Amino acid sequence: MPAIEPMHQFLIHKLVGLPPVMLGGHAYDLSITNSVAMMLFAALVICALLGSASKGAIVPGRIQSLGESLFDLIDGTLVTPIIGHNGKPYIPFVFTIFMLVLVMNMMGVLLAFGHVGGQDWTFTPTAQLAVTATLAVLTFVSVLVIGFVKNGLGMYKLFWPSGMPLGMKFVMAPIEMISFFVRPLTLSMRLFGNMLGGHVVMNIFASFVVALGLVGLSGGLATLGLLGSAASLAMVIALTVLELVVAGLQAFVFAALATVYLNEVVNLGHGH
Amino acid sequence: MNVEAAKYIGAGLATMGMIGAGAGLGILFGNYLQAAIRNPSAAGQERIWLFLGMALTESMGIFALVVALLLKYT
Repeated sequence: MPAIEPMHQFLIHKLVGLPPVMLGGHAYDLSITNSVAMMLFAALVICALLGSASKGAIVPGRIQSLGESLFDLIDGTLVTPIIGHNGKPYIPFVFTIFMLVLVMNMMGVLLAFGHVGGQDWTFTPTAQLAVTATLAVLTFVSVLVIGFVKNGLGMYKLFWPSGMPLGMKFVMAPIEMISFFVRPLTLSMRLFGNMLGGHVVMNIFASFVVALGLVGLSGGLATLGLLGSAASLAMVIALTVLELVVAGLQAFVFAALATVYLNEVVNLGHGH
Repeated sequence: MNVEAAKYIGAGLATMGMIGAGAGLGILFGNYLQAAIRNPSAAGQERIWLFLGMALTESMGIFALVVALLLKYT
């Protein structure tokens, strides 16, 4: 019976080994791993898609419609309603993060090549905490820098709630502070947890298909195992659809939270 | 009981935090659907807040996941 190894798909292995780079006394391994390869491929897909979508024809074709509706999702339903007209400079940042997360999430579901040539090719970069944490820290640091540049030391008003008695403010300020600094953690863990969890569940149900099918082939009463195998297969198909929805939704949620965090520092002290 | 076994039991218990996240998500989507059926014309513009509420509710479940992972791998 094949071993069930649901975490095996998240292993990182080298595709092209490069000599380590010495920097400040530490050796950094900059080899091309499967994670790096998938991220490069995602960047290539985004560049190709948006490059061919930005022709600017008056009657948009298929690709251009796709690109425009993706951009409108960020501009029309996210940044402009939440931040207001001050939000125009931040659309490229939010859109870049959205597209990168979306394509990396989708690749984990759609590019199911499996095990070819001694290597696993199905890989979700966003199921690596390193990748999501990098994106989350990038967002967090951008919010901090933009906040201090736009508001100066008035940025600290973010932790000082308004519209409540003075005694409550002293209670709420530490809570606000904690909830501010825990943001990169929740932002990265949300994406990581959703992607990891979904793929592990899919893998476990897929392994049930094979395992129960082999039990069912042994004849006798065990033939009922084939029923369980078929049910697992139906479950895998349903989970694939669910994963596609989750992949799009989590990219949207990541972009929405980045927008809300930006809104707090851009419109600090005066709700728009 | 050795420490390793206690860690695994603790990690399993930590996932119970997801009960709360599940109940919260159910309340959130149920109430949104109720409101959306009563007033469909207002439903579209409030959908962003639905997803933001979903994200914030989920983060409670994610804290449970973090505790479980910390117990298992440290």
